[in-house]
Amino acid sequence: MNARTLYDKLWDDHVVRTEQDGTTLLYIDRHLVHEVTSPQAFEGLRLAGRKPWRSGAVIATPDHNVPTKNRSGGISDPVARIQVETLDSNCREFGITEFGMNDVRQGVVHVVGPEQGLILPGMTVVCGDSHTSTHGAMGTLAFGIGTSEVEHVLATQCLIQKKSKSMRVRIDGTLAHGVTAKDIVLAIIGEIGTAGGTGYVIEFAGEAIQSLSMEGRMTVCNMTIEAGARAGIVAVDDKTIDYIKGRSHAPAGEQWDAAEAIWRNLHSDEGAVFDREVVLDASRIAPQVTWGTSPEMVVPVSGRVPDPGREQDATKAEGMRRALDYMGLEAGTPITDIPLDLVFIGSCTNGRIEDLRAAAEIVRGRKVAATISQALVVPGSGLVKAQAEVEGLDKIFTTAGFEWREPGCSMCLAMNADQLKPGERCASTSNRNFEGRQGKDGRTHLVSPPMAAAAAIAGHFVDIREMRGIE
Amino acid sequence: MEKFVKFTGTVAPLDRSNVDTDAIIPKQFLKSIRRSGFGPNLFDEWRYLDQGEPDQDCSNRPINPDFVLNDPRYRHAGILLARDNFGCGSSREHAPWALADYGFKVIIAPSFADIFFNNCFKNGILPIVLKANIIDELFSLASADEPLEILVDLQNQRLTPAGSGAIEFEIEEFRKHCLLEGLDDIGLTLQHSEQIRQFETKRRTKAPWVFLT
Ligand code: SF4
Repeated sequence: MNARTLYDKLWDDHVVRTEQDGTTLLYIDRHLVHEVTSPQAFEGLRLAGRKPWRSGAVIATPDHNVPTKNRSGGISDPVARIQVETLDSNCREFGITEFGMNDVRQGVVHVVGPEQGLILPGMTVVCGDSHTSTHGAMGTLAFGIGTSEVEHVLATQCLIQKKSKSMRVRIDGTLAHGVTAKDIVLAIIGEIGTAGGTGYVIEFAGEAIQSLSMEGRMTVCNMTIEAGARAGIVAVDDKTIDYIKGRSHAPAGEQWDAAEAIWRNLHSDEGAVFDREVVLDASRIAPQVTWGTSPEMVVPVSGRVPDPGREQDATKAEGMRRALDYMGLEAGTPITDIPLDLVFIGSCTNGRIEDLRAAAEIVRGRKVAATISQALVVPGSGLVKAQAEVEGLDKIFTTAGFEWREPGCSMCLAMNADQLKPGERCASTSNRNFEGRQGKDGRTHLVSPPMAAAAAIAGHFVDIREMRGIE
Repeated sequence: MEKFVKFTGTVAPLDRSNVDTDAIIPKQFLKSIRRSGFGPNLFDEWRYLDQGEPDQDCSNRPINPDFVLNDPRYRHAGILLARDNFGCGSSREHAPWALADYGFKVIIAPSFADIFFNNCFKNGILPIVLKANIIDELFSLASADEPLEILVDLQNQRLTPAGSGAIEFEIEEFRKHCLLEGLDDIGLTLQHSEQIRQFETKRRTKAPWVFLT
């Protein structure tokens, strides 16, 4: 057989039928559901008198709308409450397992899935959420879908798809101290642009990717969507296997052995051909900070806010001007001179235990700057929160002046009460710096967890590679 | 779904690239559990000067006179003209719901984000990709004093700006067929139920761990 890419293998294993024009019916193994993009899909099922094809494939948890404090009082926003209650009742009606708001396993759906061993190598995974790409880190084909497709998968366990092109992004070499998975993926987006991956599935490879923990790989795959790609994947290796072994929903005993043997083949064959290859040198990646209103508007922390006057492309220059205006920044300002108002550590990009550990490492024994009005840590799931508390991370954060919250999406998209006020500037470990994303007229700078932590201490961005006492 | 065969409408030129779905319909409106009623909040943060809230009467809100849809020439536009990477970001189908609810049937851009592009077809919106130089031309035509009217003919894959020659566009056969016939995807797929079941049985043998839940 021809040498196949990992994407080819995952695709081939799930083809139910293919039409002449290549339109394919693809079987879906795992379907994650949250409260925002599902109500209309369940309603559609009801109206058509349909039932889920395989309710066991579906796992639900509310995350976008849930409050991150005072949960015992329920959800005070009546519209949000109805949405979360609608998820509860839909799951009951259709026999779907849900980790409800007060279940310790609740959390951001993309943190919960892998944590529960619900995402296994070789699976196809979908969710009505663009950051479903996260799960590609486990050697799965995972991508976000719209609500009509959520309904389609619920009803048929399949999705109508056309195969994407394949791209390999290879990160050679090793990262400098203080440089993280987040910086890798921001650097990739800076390199290929937010539309650079459109029409592709990206496989991340190379020494620097292999050296990442599973959490780090999830961070990279998570933001594949910010590069415009359909999905991001990483080949299965020892780390994948070790990560999955023993998790609640992972196979055990003989079945584990059989599974492991198959999973070990989930890598691109020697000589497999990609439609596009991009190579980056890890040692040249610095901690990244976005300065604008698109994730591709990113520079190294040692850099300056760029000058639209130097951009050749007129549409781009206009976009840069608009972004600077929105962000309230002057071209040429050193990134480390940008003062901040808030800091947010959390989200499906950087709300896992390793992220909290890395941030706590910086925070330990220090205090949040007086000029920072709010510094939030929102664990990605109830279990991440519990683990962090066992390790005493919560104390490190609260002693320093951070707020320690309940798990959810929180200020990543500010659907709940955690929002920026107009003009406020936030260092955020989330994934989108769009206009209004964290609150109307709020300003978002995307960074890694240690960079966010250091910014909270200093009140402005600092290059953590040079950090000692922090000024 | 309603059939899409031919459509004539005026063009609103939205001269920005990377228009994301957060801008198309901001998050506070995502709390709705319905599919309809998003039109008044389409581009809410750009369109109005105050902060929009769900279930609010939008008719008395202060509008941003600089935003294209508030220009009297474009208020009743049915075709949206935009720049690169339109619809990027969140997968929310509320974005095409809001566009359709406002009255947009066609969106023309040099490129679209993947999930948004898919979502359009599920809602009777036709996204058309054209070369950047043609887009530039359409922008200059659409920015004239008189609004530009375009006839879109899906069957023949052609759009004709009033007073100019026809422009051809590409579309996948299957998607075209579904739009022309107004087909419900789920019904179509369920015609293959037997085949799905057979596939599932094989998969259960090959990868039983997938079916543990
Ligand atoms: S944490 Fe943010 S990006 Fe992730 S699922 Fe929630 S809202 Fe979406």
